[in-house]
Amino acid sequence: MAKSDLIGGTLWESYSSKVNDRMLNPRHLGEITEADAAARGARLVVADWGAEVCGDAIRAFWLVDAKSSRILDAKYKTFGCGSAIASSDMMCELIIGKTVDEAMKITNIDVERALRDDEDTAAIPPQKMHCSVMAYDVIRKAAAEYKGVDMDSLEEEEIVCQCARVSLRTIKEVIRINDLKTVEDITHYTKAGAFCKSCIRPGGHESRKRYLVDILRDVRAEMERERARTAPEAKSFAELGLIQKHRAVEKILDEKVRPNLLKDGGNIEVVDMKQSGDVTEVHISYLGACKGCPSAAVGTLTYIEDFLKAELDDRIKVLPV
Amino acid sequence: MERIYLDSNATTVVDPRVKEAMEPFWSQMYGNPNSLHSFGTEVHPYMRIAFDRLYAGIHARDGDDIFLTSCATESNNTVIKSVYYDLIAPGKKTEIVTTQVEHPCVANACRFVEGLGAKVLYLPVNRDGIVEPAALKEYIHPDRTALVSIMWANNETGLVFPIRELAALCRENGILFHTDAVQAIGKVPVDVQAAPVDFLSFSAHKFHGPKGVGGLFVRAGSKIIPLFHGGEQMGGKRAGTINAGGLVGMGLAMELAVQGLSYEDTSVRRMRDRLEDAILEIEGTAVIGRRDLRTPNTILVSVKGVEGEAMIWDLNRQGVAASTGSACASESLEPNPTFVAMCIDSELAHTGVRLSLSRFTTESEIDAAIAAIRSSIARLRKISPRASRGGEKRGN
Repeated sequence: MAKSDLIGGTLWESYSSKVNDRMLNPRHLGEITEADAAARGARLVVADWGAEVCGDAIRAFWLVDAKSSRILDAKYKTFGCGSAIASSDMMCELIIGKTVDEAMKITNIDVERALRDDEDTAAIPPQKMHCSVMAYDVIRKAAAEYKGVDMDSLEEEEIVCQCARVSLRTIKEVIRINDLKTVEDITHYTKAGAFCKSCIRPGGHESRKRYLVDILRDVRAEMERERARTAPEAKSFAELGLIQKHRAVEKILDEKVRPNLLKDGGNIEVVDMKQSGDVTEVHISYLGACKGCPSAAVGTLTYIEDFLKAELDDRIKVLPV
Repeated sequence: MERIYLDSNATTVVDPRVKEAMEPFWSQMYGNPNSLHSFGTEVHPYMRIAFDRLYAGIHARDGDDIFLTSCATESNNTVIKSVYYDLIAPGKKTEIVTTQVEHPCVANACRFVEGLGAKVLYLPVNRDGIVEPAALKEYIHPDRTALVSIMWANNETGLVFPIRELAALCRENGILFHTDAVQAIGKVPVDVQAAPVDFLSFSAHKFHGPKGVGGLFVRAGSKIIPLFHGGEQMGGKRAGTINAGGLVGMGLAMELAVQGLSYEDTSVRRMRDRLEDAILEIEGTAVIGRRDLRTPNTILVSVKGVEGEAMIWDLNRQGVAASTGSACASESLEPNPTFVAMCIDSELAHTGVRLSLSRFTTESEIDAAIAAIRSSIARLRKISPRASRGGEKRGN
């Protein structure tokens, strides 16, 4: 909150005059028919994107020269708010004269920039940025139609924040490199989640495949695991006290050993830990199906000992009670 | 450009008579009514008249209280938090029952006490958008339910709820009943004797009074724990220097609103129906809620192929003020909860436009509004993909 937030109803005041103008006097509104295409000896591409039940829908018409793949003309019909209509109109303007491949490089961010009155002032308020994404999506859809390929095959990277076009790779990198701990940090570094906020967590305006909260949690967990793996190097197993050694052993048993034993209905319990010179003795007792199992004395014992040796220290000896 | 105001459920123009009645309280009778000297006491007779008018307006008895507040939001918050502190926090009762279609000031106050440990149940509406007494019966329990809070009329649809029956059901079960009557005063008769409510909230600016003044009716014997602590105004139940001019204005506005009820029910209703019929003549339009169940001034219309924010943007361009619950028009991009609860049509969340009249609306304004609405719909449907296809595929 700040002084500028204390007066409500500023949505329309945040539209640039170009947005208002396009809303009122669209330049490229309309349809292109097969007859129009035939008259110009060009190919007609029609692409639909969005749905009215979701709040916005667009139908794009492209007239493409088959030899050069150049877009000779573009028109649209849009169901949506003022910023969706203005974005659709500007999208057509930006792609006319370009080849299909060039057009595919245009994003909603380019469309928004082209609608600005001056370079430093956004054309639409942050929460409406989402309405310009449709104009970008329909370009990909039309390009896919033209090329006769699946739309997903055109996407080089998985985009998490559609409004700011931030990829999964970028978000993961920025979390790692800057050791980010909150979603607000991610937004601050990448602008992901700064606009319609749908990608932050489930329950927003749109449902998404991935959310920033989940990505953050997963990357943090990954980083923790890596740290845990490298931590013993900082302080080797041999340097730990007996209680810490016990904890380290239990951790390995929980993670690597017990899940396998439990599958067979068995388990083990660490009864005692002793230090005998360089050697750390782990005294275990068998539980459940392991009790009295013929292979417990040799096979299972070696199995457990090998795990502890590989993960912690060579000088560990596992002894049955 | 001549502007036409069709957003009277948001706020209303102050009646010139109300403005005139308030005028002396800025620079002449500016005394604090709690002062002992003549500057303070000379205000009292005007306050008395204002309270008489408020009491008469809703048929309150002299033993009841109508506390002066800043708005219905404050009145609603006072009731919900008071009941929480009085009954729920000490563990005497546990639950509050409200509806899925309440105004945010009730819904969010309920969410707040939910965070403090109260259990809040949100009643659905039936297919007509109405809260049924039979449905409420399933949600309440004499031992658990501390308070039921249900609006008298819905702000988006104008649908009037059967408050008399709902309140009577709570009375029978020893449960406190509160109603947010902010959209009812001046539109339909509000009578706290006929409807056994314990608490009732209203706001002056919704019935041609000033903004920043509201009221909270508390039936004799019902307890209120104050939201504001301070001086001894309103018997300590609502501290803060009394807005005497606002009170005088609200009192007169209430009297005029009640006097205007028959005009509302005849002339405003006729204009509303004429506007509604003209809109319904346009293909692909639907009005939400049965006409006989709504306040006489409200239309919530869904226009196929036309997004709500684009519609009110285009109407505004033509000088017509309307509102939309479209998700696209809100800061959070969240659709209006009333739309979600009614779930008549998922498209409504994006196409709903509300037109709300008042006794200041004129026939010629309705003519101009009809022309503007026709023009906006025609223009926006030209832009819309499905509407243009819809011409080919009827009934789509």
